[in-house]
Amino acid sequence: MKYLKNIGIYFIMLGQVFKKPQKISIFRESLFKEIEELGIKSLGIVAFISFFVGGVVAIQTALNVDNPWIPKYLIGFATKRSIILEFSPTFMSVVLAGKVGSYITSSIGTMRVTEQIDALEVMGVNALNYLVLPKVVAAVLFYPFIVLLAMFLGIFGGWVSGFATGLFTSDHYITGIQMDFKPYFIQYAITKTMVFAFVIATIPSFYGFYVKGGSLEVGKASTQAVVWTSVVIIVLNYFLTQMLLS
Amino acid sequence: MIEVNDIYKSFDDNHVLKGVSATFKKGETSMIIGSSGSGKTVLVKCLLGLFEPDKGDICYDDRHYSQMTLKEKRGLRKEMGMVFQSGALFDSETIENNIKFPLKMFTDQGEEEMLERVNFVLNRVHLENVNHKYPAELSGGMQKRVAIARAIVMNPKYLFCDEPNSGLDPNTAIVIDNLIQEITDEYQMITVINSHDMNSVMEIGEKIIFLKDGLKKWEGSSETIFKTDNKDVTEFVYSSNLYKKVREAYNKE
Repeated sequence: MKYLKNIGIYFIMLGQVFKKPQKISIFRESLFKEIEELGIKSLGIVAFISFFVGGVVAIQTALNVDNPWIPKYLIGFATKRSIILEFSPTFMSVVLAGKVGSYITSSIGTMRVTEQIDALEVMGVNALNYLVLPKVVAAVLFYPFIVLLAMFLGIFGGWVSGFATGLFTSDHYITGIQMDFKPYFIQYAITKTMVFAFVIATIPSFYGFYVKGGSLEVGKASTQAVVWTSVVIIVLNYFLTQMLLS
Repeated sequence: MIEVNDIYKSFDDNHVLKGVSATFKKGETSMIIGSSGSGKTVLVKCLLGLFEPDKGDICYDDRHYSQMTLKEKRGLRKEMGMVFQSGALFDSETIENNIKFPLKMFTDQGEEEMLERVNFVLNRVHLENVNHKYPAELSGGMQKRVAIARAIVMNPKYLFCDEPNSGLDPNTAIVIDNLIQEITDEYQMITVINSHDMNSVMEIGEKIIFLKDGLKKWEGSSETIFKTDNKDVTEFVYSSNLYKKVREAYNKE
């Protein structure tokens, strides 16, 4: 019952979020701030993880392809496919759910428990629209770029790992990544990322906005937000994959 | 004038307000007093529209809150100023941006005009050279003064204060009290203060409403509170020896 109630409140919240901003200049200012907070400040962790996971995927594939009848260029091909189809859009979104989700819940939750949201409401500001809409727009617009960067760095990490381990040659790897390139897969990955970005911005906002109590409750809400955002991403990933690829 | 007509408010099984009625007039500083859990904060939050009463109505200059659309309610709130107990300043913004926020949101003033208004209200609350500081860099009393400055920057018709003196030393508390009263007189606002501080009540309470267990038990002024024999009021107000002596002295005079 409690879950159903929360789902209902979440959708009512979305109704308030997607209203016309009260002042466009303030919305624009908040949007750039959120692009910096949610996007640009996540580039470091995304680049780091993508590069090394790309390397690990290539090494694992190389180590498991020990049949001499399987051509070596399949290592590059398999690495590219795994990174473009799943690793970059889904795994990166789960990473961002942890990093950005906890930030969103704790910042909005702290505003709630210190009465800053009440202060906004008293001024006549639609607090949900003012606080959440810039986050949603920033995430949905910027995360596709982050995922494209993750794809590039993941594939690059795989290539570097070939040099480092000597398990495959550069020529084989490059042939593999050029083989059977399907632009639709990029479109598929970006579509998924935009849906996940929406989830990453809205579920933690929900947990932050409706938190009650003090700092301990804000901490608990952050944990719950990260857990539920990750769960929703994984479930949606299943349905989106089936819908977009089958 | 704000008219509160027989309002009720419950949270699950907890009946906080059980039929409270009151009237708050222009240019008058009204105090709501009562012990913790008596319903003071809930009443102020109902007046602000942060809580919707379960029953009864609140009327702001003949505008019935219960009959307003969400847009009209937001419009009404632009006429309100609120000083929260914690100050509720936006801690990631400078003092200047805190005060400028309502102006940026609701007016078409240029940067210079807004800055002029910000400096005017800061000056009005006796603060200078704090524009570029952050709330955490100010003392509690200064934060309260910034909160008052932010509350009055839009020239509100209604000013609400939730325990504006909590956590302040007696001298600073008097400064804040006097400031609120001066501003109320100057701008002819309707000011409603929710307070525990009996010094403030005696100092600036032109009208006092005493709440107990969600009911209005007494109404009067800082003059009549010395003379009342209402048991609930005397138990609450004269619980300290100091106030017992003050009352005795006053009644002897």
